[in-house]
Amino acid sequence: MNIIVCIKQVPETTEVRINPETNTLMREGVKSIINPFDMYAIEEGVRIKEKSGGKVTVLTMGPPQAETALREALSLGADEAILLSDRAFAGSDTWATSYTLACAIRKIKDYDLIVCGKQASDGDTAQVGPGIATHLDIPQVTYVKKIEEIKDKTVRVERMTEEGYEIIESGLPVLFTVVKEINSPRMPALRGLMRAKSAKIIHWTHKDLEANAENLGLGGSPTQVVKIFTPLPRPSGEMLEGDVEVIARKLADILNKEI
Amino acid sequence: MDYLLTEEQKMIRDLCRQIAREKIAPVAAEYDKTEKFPHGIIKLIAESDLFAVFVPAEYGGTGGGVLDLCIATEELSCACGGIAVCYAASALGTFPIVLFGTEEQKKKYLPDLAKGKTIAAFGITEPEAGSDASAIKTTAVKKGDHYILNGTKHFITNGGEAGVYTVIAMTDRTKGARGASAFIVEKGTPGFTFGKKEEKMGIRASITSELIFTDCKIPKENLIAREGMGFIVTMKTFDMSRPGVAAQALGIAQGALELAVKYSRERKQFGKPISGFQGIQWMLADMATKVEASRALVYAVARMLDSGNTGVAKESAMAKLFASDTAMQVSTDAVQILGGYGYMRDYPAEKYMRDAKITQIYEGTNQIQRNIIALQLIKEMAKL
Repeated sequence: MNIIVCIKQVPETTEVRINPETNTLMREGVKSIINPFDMYAIEEGVRIKEKSGGKVTVLTMGPPQAETALREALSLGADEAILLSDRAFAGSDTWATSYTLACAIRKIKDYDLIVCGKQASDGDTAQVGPGIATHLDIPQVTYVKKIEEIKDKTVRVERMTEEGYEIIESGLPVLFTVVKEINSPRMPALRGLMRAKSAKIIHWTHKDLEANAENLGLGGSPTQVVKIFTPLPRPSGEMLEGDVEVIARKLADILNKEI
Repeated sequence: MDYLLTEEQKMIRDLCRQIAREKIAPVAAEYDKTEKFPHGIIKLIAESDLFAVFVPAEYGGTGGGVLDLCIATEELSCACGGIAVCYAASALGTFPIVLFGTEEQKKKYLPDLAKGKTIAAFGITEPEAGSDASAIKTTAVKKGDHYILNGTKHFITNGGEAGVYTVIAMTDRTKGARGASAFIVEKGTPGFTFGKKEEKMGIRASITSELIFTDCKIPKENLIAREGMGFIVTMKTFDMSRPGVAAQALGIAQGALELAVKYSRERKQFGKPISGFQGIQWMLADMATKVEASRALVYAVARMLDSGNTGVAKESAMAKLFASDTAMQVSTDAVQILGGYGYMRDYPAEKYMRDAKITQIYEGTNQIQRNIIALQLIKEMAKL
């Protein structure tokens, strides 16, 4: 079972600052970590490998310093790490990002399973995982909370929904996005850290991918961020008091006025 | 202070700090209360390869040295001196095999100890033989291919939990200290049982119990070094392990200091945080200075040992003496800074103080450390 885990390096804080002119995240001075949801994806990938053999390749797209995130993934049990880093990828939205990652996965070629975190803690879109599956034209199951059974050609999982969960069976290859209920990620071990420190990270640029240049980076991104801002705190509502009839009348008056 | 640690040592520090903060600190009070052995945490420490740091690479370790062990012990002790001593005591029980074991003994025991599959313990203390180790009554009599052990060890850290014990027993009582020998005894050997489990003031997450030998028959291959080498094995083991006890004290002191600084910034009296009062500031400054001086001394001695320097009895004793006296003082001051809250079990301050006390007592009381230091000073002067 060859598994690809897609991860993203994100700022550690949830209170990201935004550059008002460029509408992009300001990363300076903020420690970078692996997106917390991706930690569950890495753990699940490593667990599947430990059970059924094969290898775990961890893949990310980002600036050169995203190598740190890949090394951390290697220390946690991933076998191989690939960094997609190129100015041509800069400014990618979720469509261009998932397109680029899909091109890299096509190049890796030999895979049975792709695992992603359900969403990134900075952008919170939850679009890249499903986007990859769409670009690759393979099935996807989002919000996976348990992998019930993996067979040669099929896999059965539990998918979390708001009301409970669904049991879904899929052929391979398939892409999962996972929720935090799926496992509790391990701590790194000293030997893993040592191995990760000296491990070779594979670097790919757009030249290494069979990608349509028009689909990459800012130019390949259909999303245009017009404005990004922290919403103002909502003013506290007005409490109506009295018995039901009084409240109902007051409410009707207010609604009349507003409309 | 930058101690110019290697990349590997920084990894050990960061990993242990993460384990201490995320896994040990949240449960330290519970283990302290219940006096249960922290099996889950020890398993985690084992899975993190930390039992490998004091084992040579050819026997499944990472080939680190005393400094690696000290860094790990310090960081773990910062969260709980009791849990840390379960770890450090395994190193103490392992050192005799690392230092004096035969190739067969090393191959048989070290790989599992490095993996943390089992832990080790060291048994020398007896009810009537504490500081005066020559008063040991446990005997080992050679009979054919075996030794027969009889006697009782007490106050043994990891007693009952460890799988491998290095035990000091008299093979020839007429020779006094030179009649002692060191043996490896495995848990489960017929005639080897565990007696009273102590209830302690501090380090309560660790188990301290009696080892009872009743016609306990062990193969003669379990003798470490030669007959009569027991005290040399012990002394050399203590030279290696004393910096570890010093590191435990250092970690306790660091933990107490951090707590005191944090609390002083949050606690408001007379309209401002108490960290704004010079009386508190000076206490914190003295505490921090002593902790840093301890660290410098502990790391320096550990480095001496790692460089192969064997004449470190004096420095090793100094590190243990200074760091443990510092831990006692700093943790007492931390309780003082936390005031009434410091005295209550809701805060870990009083636990740091209880945990600190033992570091002045075990692996040679601080009075014995002073004897070692003074004796060495006098010897050095006599040589001039």
